[in-house]
Amino acid sequence: MAILLFFLFAAFAVGSVLGMIISRNQAYSALFLVVAFASLGGLFGLLGAPFMAVVQIIIYAGAIMVLFIFVIMMIHLGEGISAEKKKWTIAAAVFMGIILLAEIVFAVKGAPAVPMAGQEMAGTSPTEIGRLLFTKYLYPFEITSILIIAALVGAVVLIKKREGE
Amino acid sequence: MIPINAVFGLGLLIFFIGLFGVLFRKNLVIMLMSLELLLNGVNVLLAGLSYHMRSPRGSIFAIFIIIMAVSEAAVGFGLVLSYFRQKKTYDMDEFNELKG
Repeated sequence: MAILLFFLFAAFAVGSVLGMIISRNQAYSALFLVVAFASLGGLFGLLGAPFMAVVQIIIYAGAIMVLFIFVIMMIHLGEGISAEKKKWTIAAAVFMGIILLAEIVFAVKGAPAVPMAGQEMAGTSPTEIGRLLFTKYLYPFEITSILIIAALVGAVVLIKKREGE
Repeated sequence: MIPINAVFGLGLLIFFIGLFGVLFRKNLVIMLMSLELLLNGVNVLLAGLSYHMRSPRGSIFAIFIIIMAVSEAAVGFGLVLSYFRQKKTYDMDEFNELKG
């Protein structure tokens, strides 16, 4: 079962990554990348790293993709979609929304009953990772805060408009 | 038990597709996305090794890589935006003069 799921997720990931590279439209590329990141998150869950799976979904598929789409929308000044296509888009959006809602309800109802894939492996549980991050790997962990500050200041300075522009 | 060879193959495949994207696409945004793919391919390798060796070290390393990827994306987009402000395009072919 795990192997079957692994190859399913792997096929999804590789297919959407290829689609992202080949697609001519940047917005489609970004959406392909969301699919790729989500399926990689599923893979991490299968590989007994639940914390990594959650971080992958939240940081990559959430934060970084919002950044990508923000930049694409800010600059990409193409024309909007036609009215004929828009009807299809709304129908598809409603359909996907209903599926997502059903999935969430299903997941919340069944959550306590489903055994976690990584639970039998005590070595890689979130508890163990948190303990190690704040004991053995404390210095690297603190140094990343300096990295984040540097990146934040760098991004602000780069994006800021210069005087007289 | 998922075979370690399959995980390695997947990680390397994603890494090389990302490398292909960085080298052959001329769109700056696609290039940045492909850079994220490179890091993700390495993360798959680390998760696979962590799973195989039953050790949390791979996950911790991968978490640091993700933090680094976020910082890189923020700075990269700063660069892309300021490049776009000057050239009004994303194309790397226009990126051929040193004078600001």
